[in-house]
Amino acid sequence: MSKERADREKKRADRGLRPGALEGGRAQRRHKERARTVLVTTIAAGFAILFLLPTVLTMANSFMSASEISANYGKVFATNDTGGKAYIAEKVNLKLIPDMVSFSQYITVLFKSPEYLLKFWNSVVLVVPIVAFQLLVASLAAYSFTRYRGRFKEIIFFAYTILMLMPYQVTLVPNYLVSGWLHILDTNWAIWLPGIFSPFGVFLLTKFMRRIPVSVMEAAKIDGAGEWQIFMKICMPLCKGALYSIAILVFIDYWNMVEQPLILLSDAEKHPLSVFLSKINTGEIGLAFAVATIYMVPCLLIFLYGEDYLVEGITYAGGIKG
Amino acid sequence: MKIPIQTKGRGKAALKPAKGGRAQAPRNEVSLKDRLNSAAFLAPSFIGVLVFFILPFLVVIYYSVVDNPISHNFVFLQNFANVLKNGAFRKAAVNTLQFSAVAVPLAVILSLGLAVLLESKIPFRSQFRTFFLSPMMVPVASVVLIWQVLFHYNGVVNDFLGHFGFQAIDWLKSEQGKIVLVLLFLWKNLGYNMILFMAALGNIPQDIIEVATLDTSSRAQIFFRIKLRYLSPTLLFVTIFSLINSFKVFREIYLLTNDYPFDSVYMLQHFMNNTFENLDYQKLSAAAIIMAVVIVFLIGFLFIAEDRFGKDVEG
Repeated sequence: MSKERADREKKRADRGLRPGALEGGRAQRRHKERARTVLVTTIAAGFAILFLLPTVLTMANSFMSASEISANYGKVFATNDTGGKAYIAEKVNLKLIPDMVSFSQYITVLFKSPEYLLKFWNSVVLVVPIVAFQLLVASLAAYSFTRYRGRFKEIIFFAYTILMLMPYQVTLVPNYLVSGWLHILDTNWAIWLPGIFSPFGVFLLTKFMRRIPVSVMEAAKIDGAGEWQIFMKICMPLCKGALYSIAILVFIDYWNMVEQPLILLSDAEKHPLSVFLSKINTGEIGLAFAVATIYMVPCLLIFLYGEDYLVEGITYAGGIKG
Repeated sequence: MKIPIQTKGRGKAALKPAKGGRAQAPRNEVSLKDRLNSAAFLAPSFIGVLVFFILPFLVVIYYSVVDNPISHNFVFLQNFANVLKNGAFRKAAVNTLQFSAVAVPLAVILSLGLAVLLESKIPFRSQFRTFFLSPMMVPVASVVLIWQVLFHYNGVVNDFLGHFGFQAIDWLKSEQGKIVLVLLFLWKNLGYNMILFMAALGNIPQDIIEVATLDTSSRAQIFFRIKLRYLSPTLLFVTIFSLINSFKVFREIYLLTNDYPFDSVYMLQHFMNNTFENLDYQKLSAAAIIMAVVIVFLIGFLFIAEDRFGKDVEG
């Protein structure tokens, strides 16, 4: 035993290492590892601040009183209606914490200016039916793309994929034409119908359903279940998670819409809040922060409760080549 | 879930369920009744897509080769030539392509960087993921105000740069507007891409990495020689999605500057909006088709490039 050890020491000495050098190397490596962790964490934290700050600032500003807002941002949103009486700071003053937390902006938005709530309601009315019916239509179609796949269906699915990849600049022209033919321009239908039949949900849900083992559905069929029963009793329950994911993705997409209402709804009264927010009078900038915060609340709630579904949904979409 | 679903397969195999699925359900066993049943499930969606996308698109193609919607004289490529000669279209196309050419590669590289960052053993990993993903959930319209405060002539960014002796610039009304757009685009899209890369990194067979580590490969070697090869389908997908999303940056510009943006941020969507106002169907149709062709061409090119690059790790 001791001979062995002596041998080892000798070998090390031959390689020019002092006794115990290896242990020192390990400690050094561990030290390096820790330094790396600190560095990586710092970088990540820096990015995290950059990513969070705009959102947090918007929320923080919504709790400032009108005078504080105009004092802080007078230089940016210069207005004439203050008549030179209000104090305006020389520089823009970006503050994370209000001098005094005030709910006055929210009170104005919620109780005194119905037009904001009206536009918020427009957004809800435009988006919710699209999410609900796109999911319904997409589940049926995805089931069809999953069962009995022939060459014809593969061609249709390929067409859906290409369509999904087309930006609004391309699809809005056909949408506009159809809306004209059907006399639904300037009505909500012009936004609803193309949204409901958008191929995005079909594509994503098909990706998911095709991962369900065929044997599961075949077994049900052998047990005497019809296609509708297999769809409702087997396929849909298995897709619950995917349905949540797609609902979230579709919701964000349409909650954010700007291009479609600008072209398909010429009546500004019908515009959703996403478009209306850009037209808020510069004199009401404090209100705008409150409205902006209210507008992001549904998204943030969904994010809070559905982050895992969202992440899953994004991941399904990753298999575009399949 | 009670029934096993292959949500997390082994790398490539999971991304390509198509072949396996077909092998398990041979087509010739399917009865006519089943086929009709299955077609009925597809019908609502297919009719909708046909009516709202495919048929009108065919009409768009038709409009693009006639002189006007009333007399229908065939002019072949005249409309395309007119659009391509149009100064506004050219400016919009150049701006859009320039923006995509800068923003898309940055979005791919930086999000991959973030994914690798979160792959290492650091505290608060899941919180960081949440933070990086959060901009995706924030409506563009909600943060526009903050962007204005930041990038205005009297805004925070100029104030900050002023301390280092930089001349103040009106970011949104100058050539630098493009830089702002790239930043806004990255802010919104990095999280989404990062999630895709994180999923793909998690799917790389661990044994290969272990073998490489035992062979004393460095971190950089493992990343560039092994991981990047396995990521190639995801790289393709992220690039395509970033490209599509880069066309949506119009939202930010529109919400920041309304109908009349500075020249440097005049995008294709602005051109389309203006053309919609005059309802010049020929111009609209030709422009839409030119864009569709360019996009199909770009995506086709990306697919071919990926096929070459990722061949040896597939299957």
